Amino acid sequence: MNTTLRGTTRLLGAALRTLLVLTLVCGVLYPLTVMGIGQALFPHQANGSEITSHGKSVGSSLIGQRYDLPLKKGQETPEPDLKWFQPRPSNGLGTNTVNTQYKLLLSGATNRAGDNEELIQWVKDAKAAVIKDNSVDGYHVKPSDVPPDAVTSSGSGLDPAISPQYAHIQTHRIAKLNNLPVAKVQNLVDQHTDNRILGFIGEPRVNVLELNIALKALEGA
Amino acid sequence: MSPVLAGVLQFLALMVALALAYRPLGDYMAGVYSSPKHLRVEKWIYRAVGANPATEMRWPAYLRGVLGFSLVSVLFLYLLQRVQGSLPGSLGFASIDPDQAFNTAASFVSNTNWQSYYGEQAMGHVVQTGGLAVQNFLSAAVGMAVAVALVRGFARTRTGELGNFWADLVRGTVRILLPIALVGAVLLVACGAIQNFAGIHEVGRFMGGSQQWNGGAVASQEAIKELGTNGGGYFNANSAHPFENPNGLSNLLEIFLILLIPLSLTRTFGRMVGSVRQGYAILATMTVIWVVFTGLMMWTEFHHGAPAYDIAGGALEGKETRFGIGASSIFSVATTLTSTGAVNSFLSSYTGFGGGIAMLGMQLGEIAPGGVGSGLYGILVMAVIAVFLAGLMVGRTPEYLGKKIGTRQIKFAACYILITPALVLCFTAVAMALPTPVNSLTNSGAHGFSEILYAYTSGANNNGSAFAGLNADTQWFNTSIGVAMLLGRFLPMVFVLALAGSLAEQKPVPATAGTLRTDKPLFSGLLVGTIMIVAGLTYFPALALGPLAEGLAS
Repeated sequence: MNTTLRGTTRLLGAALRTLLVLTLVCGVLYPLTVMGIGQALFPHQANGSEITSHGKSVGSSLIGQRYDLPLKKGQETPEPDLKWFQPRPSNGLGTNTVNTQYKLLLSGATNRAGDNEELIQWVKDAKAAVIKDNSVDGYHVKPSDVPPDAVTSSGSGLDPAISPQYAHIQTHRIAKLNNLPVAKVQNLVDQHTDNRILGFIGEPRVNVLELNIALKALEGA
Repeated sequence: MSPVLAGVLQFLALMVALALAYRPLGDYMAGVYSSPKHLRVEKWIYRAVGANPATEMRWPAYLRGVLGFSLVSVLFLYLLQRVQGSLPGSLGFASIDPDQAFNTAASFVSNTNWQSYYGEQAMGHVVQTGGLAVQNFLSAAVGMAVAVALVRGFARTRTGELGNFWADLVRGTVRILLPIALVGAVLLVACGAIQNFAGIHEVGRFMGGSQQWNGGAVASQEAIKELGTNGGGYFNANSAHPFENPNGLSNLLEIFLILLIPLSLTRTFGRMVGSVRQGYAILATMTVIWVVFTGLMMWTEFHHGAPAYDIAGGALEGKETRFGIGASSIFSVATTLTSTGAVNSFLSSYTGFGGGIAMLGMQLGEIAPGGVGSGLYGILVMAVIAVFLAGLMVGRTPEYLGKKIGTRQIKFAACYILITPALVLCFTAVAMALPTPVNSLTNSGAHGFSEILYAYTSGANNNGSAFAGLNADTQWFNTSIGVAMLLGRFLPMVFVLALAGSLAEQKPVPATAGTLRTDKPLFSGLLVGTIMIVAGLTYFPALALGPLAEGLAS
């Protein structure tokens, strides 16, 4: 009995020492090495791909934002500021509930199933809103023109991009509200459309933040 | 180019990349586990630990090493979370509650990485980088060590010795996981994954005001999270979060890392048993299942049969624009056919059939190609069952790789196969019968049942992906899934090592004209059939109540 106990103690001691040594290797040296290389070679990416516009930080090209009007009295959710290109819905985003000294956004999806009543309603409402908001001055958006990304929430809730199709159906609205020629806005969307990497990896997309920054520059000019 | 074609091309590119890595990596890993030499850094580690890497262990000693090391790991990770609130470098985050800390410790040590917490609001730098990411390496290295011990059981004769656990653990970590993870992490940073130790800080917004961001060693954790088939995300959105998986290229790289070691280990196996063709037969089985599952997943997701998606015009809920449906489907199949459980799109919002494919992938026992190490030993146990079935058909004592498959071996294999279904189905039944667990559901009806079935399937199979509508942060789910993860990881290992010991003791049986050739396509086909029937059919009634009912309704 005594030998078993001693054997077990020796085993657990060896296990603990192994764990501590390997923690030093994998939990300290390894991440620091990656950080050293990353910060030296790709400092922009390693620190979050921040974009500045007119000397001010306006966010990251990788993290989607909302483009909403200020919250009015009595409103629970703000209305979109239709002057700017709108991103995908983000119904899955949460707010920090554990360490409430921070106001972090919690990334996340809605996790609603395809037959969930709530999701069906969200999709219907979003589709109606996209059609209503973007049908201006003789340009009418047909239900079949609305691409699926315009009416569904992404996995992270922070999707920085929309499909080129969704960007294009917004151009007439953007042109009208900003007093710009439609062709000019369409041209802007084309310039900011990223095709598939190497022609086949990922999907074509338009980065909403970059597009809106370019739109702002166009107005200033 | 149509999205379907782009998806297929991405899948083909992935296959080519994996095929190119297969031989060099498989041979290299065989060398790592066979070489008598030690690297200098390894010698330092052995000296610091006080272990003699040359001591050969019989299976009980090897098992004690596995269990002892894992027990210490669980306790360490549990304590680290419990004292997080007092540790410097934790962003001022509070300590984790006992039930959640137990769940998370069990989860990361068992290579599951089920997460009932939200990464960005719960875990600071110390726990993420010094605790969770470390287990991403070590739990993977333990899995590989056990797989290698089983392979040695086939390769060695007239000895009960299976190698040295500490040496296998250290070598797997230092020579295999670390170098590949380092390269992968740097590539991920280049794509846009973050790697800094900034605290929570304010960043401007386009419309004015500011947003709060976490810094973190994200890229380094992301690389080993995929490479070690772990899957626990730094952020709640896991690999759908742009800082974890910034673009289409990083996405393909992550899928590549997930599949790299599990597939290449079949080459290591072939090398170590002296016939690479034996490895090819296993590889063929894995590949057939993987390709068929990916094809089915793409078909059902592009077809998008569900009321909400008929209105939307596509099943993009829970999927990112930059990946689209093709690359999301490839990722989801890779993550559930291995023990990874990372997600780049949210499975709960997949079509009914899509969710079912993900679930079935795990229920097959994660063997196509399966987790790092666990995939190889899982499919070798299935191969033992397959030769046994073939032996029954012709009335011969079955043999595999020159070893007799007798009563003892079949008992070990049968126990191995029964553990996970028993855990999954019993826990699901109990959770459905109890009054409170169903309060955690987001969806109702068939999909609600699927949320709970998915949770235990994922836990007991050490996957860690979720139908994340389930609010799993309750005492019941934290505790029961925690227990399912530990039993689902370590009980099978007991039988694998017992099997390995019993095989290593045997004298080799010379192959005769009546021996089933296990290096031929016929055997690969037999193995696919065995896997589908033995593992798949066990779950069929449960699947019929959940995803099948949902898929057929729309």
